[in-house]
Amino acid sequence: MATELDNIELRPARRKFLKSAAALATTLIAPGVILYKPGHASNTSSNIPRWGLLIDTNALSESDVDACVSACQREHGWESDPDSRTDAQWIRKVKLTDAESGHQRFLPMMCLHCENPPCVDVCPTGASFKRDDGIVLVNKHTCIGCRYCMMACPYKARSFIHEPLKDQLPVAPRGKGTVESCTLCVHRIDRDGSDAIPACAEAVNHADRKAIWFGDLHDPQSEISQRLQALGAVKLRADMGLNPGVRYQGL
Amino acid sequence: MKMQSSMRYAEIKTSTANYWGILVVLAVLALVGFAAAHHMDTEGHHITGMTNQVVWGLPHVFAIFLIVAASGALNLASIASVFGKQDYKPLARFSAVLSIALLVGGLAILLLDLGRPDRLIVAMTYYNFKSIFAWNIILYTGFIVIVLAYLWLMMERRMYKWSKPAGLLAFTWRLILTPGTGSIFGFLVAREAYDSALLAPLFIVMSFAFGLAIFIILLMLSFRLDQRELDSSHLQRLRKLLGLFTAAVLYFVIVFHLTKLYGTQNHDFERFILLDGGIYTLLFWIFQIGLGNLLPLAMLYAPSLQRSNSALVIASLLVIVGAFAQLYIIIVGGQAYPLNIFPGYIVESSFFDGVINAYTPSLWEFLLGIGGVTGAVLIALLGIRVLPIMPEGLPAEVQ
Repeated sequence: MATELDNIELRPARRKFLKSAAALATTLIAPGVILYKPGHASNTSSNIPRWGLLIDTNALSESDVDACVSACQREHGWESDPDSRTDAQWIRKVKLTDAESGHQRFLPMMCLHCENPPCVDVCPTGASFKRDDGIVLVNKHTCIGCRYCMMACPYKARSFIHEPLKDQLPVAPRGKGTVESCTLCVHRIDRDGSDAIPACAEAVNHADRKAIWFGDLHDPQSEISQRLQALGAVKLRADMGLNPGVRYQGL
Repeated sequence: MKMQSSMRYAEIKTSTANYWGILVVLAVLALVGFAAAHHMDTEGHHITGMTNQVVWGLPHVFAIFLIVAASGALNLASIASVFGKQDYKPLARFSAVLSIALLVGGLAILLLDLGRPDRLIVAMTYYNFKSIFAWNIILYTGFIVIVLAYLWLMMERRMYKWSKPAGLLAFTWRLILTPGTGSIFGFLVAREAYDSALLAPLFIVMSFAFGLAIFIILLMLSFRLDQRELDSSHLQRLRKLLGLFTAAVLYFVIVFHLTKLYGTQNHDFERFILLDGGIYTLLFWIFQIGLGNLLPLAMLYAPSLQRSNSALVIASLLVIVGAFAQLYIIIVGGQAYPLNIFPGYIVESSFFDGVINAYTPSLWEFLLGIGGVTGAVLIALLGIRVLPIMPEGLPAEVQ
């Protein structure tokens, strides 16, 4: 449990260290060679990935979305009484009905792992943080349970633990009095890199039919980037300029 | 300066059963609040009415009320020190004591409602400077330190000349602090109820009115308990001031809703608050506007009530009632209204998307809130017992 936890918690610090070490090496070894480095290079193309999901709502039935939810519950060990207003929901089933045509569709909704996450901006202690690879997480050691991130999130992605918990899974440390949300299955990503498949995607992707793509949004050659380029997708509440890493097709 | 040299201050000395009875009741309620918070901490927040939809509830209404009122309570001291109005000088010390007491009470509620109140040390050592919350931790603790220093400079005769710059610093600090509190909500761009720069100045005028209302009640109470002379000329000034501040709150509320009403995208939200929001609409028209603004304004300005002390007390109490209604609408009403994630669609989910979120406060959070208020009043009343804060008397002024 400790190693898994360390893996998750220390990653940003380690990355930051490696990054500054690399920057130092660059200044020492190649003065005059690299004259200019675009300030926002990490936002567009670099070898640091930005993990994201592309969800094709056209390929998802109601039972598919239910499968996403239960896969996430199994993977991270949370459960939710449908009538409870206090139980955590890392991922939820949303039913959309077009008011005019009556057309209905179902989609899974979770933390969208924004590029500019409001939850990270408002967190007083910095417990809510974004890794360099774009995954937005909560540091359970420094979360004081103020819930300001829940007030700030436009997507209702976060839950507060209202009750004592037991039988937690090593990959998903949780604690009463702190806030939590979808981790994009960070434990799988740290283990498998770009070959990782988050549990929700795994539950609905089959050999003959795929509904959720996971991959590196920074890599133009990745399947997710190719598909985004070819078919486009919707960023929820795009007007807010948060640039979520989870995109939807068919809305 | 003439007033200052002749003014004498003294500790409250009364020992009547009434006086001790009030202190005991306050202390017991404060302890009960503490116990309620402990129970919430042990059991988890599921015993409260707060949920994953309405994440801030009654404790936050009480806490923000006290914090906003705290900065407003300092107003009378500022008027004396910064703006040189000598008439207010005798009230400056109590103004400072009350502002510290209210802030401590409010912060205690906020702290005790945290999911992990045991992590206070984390909140004090890890700062994310992009968070207005982190700034507020510094603003609030700084406020207490500055006002304590200011109070000392006012009370120490040899240092008195420094009280004016200290008063200016405290005044400047509170002018930053209150918008900081308003901005906790003003910066929440995702929620239609908030997301307005007007919340910052609105909170400033709210602080003026709420802080003064508490000040008037406690001033009259302590003078009566200790049988000190309080001439109505002094109350007359406070009456006019409270009327002005209450009118200013009403003005900002009207402007806030008019600007919201202008944008079509806010019509549904405005309809919710102003027309068909059930409890929130009731609270808005009856408690906030009617009982909290219009009725006290009428009582404060009615010629026939100009000399009535009880009318002033009732008006002050009504302003406080309106304050709670207003903050309840801002804090809880703002969350009850659903987030608009999918404009144009009818939204349903397992997580209560697209519906008005229900919130029923539990006894525990109510007791915590009451405990914070009574704790704050207790601190103020103990402060004037152990220190020479209150003037020995406020007789009629000789012109």
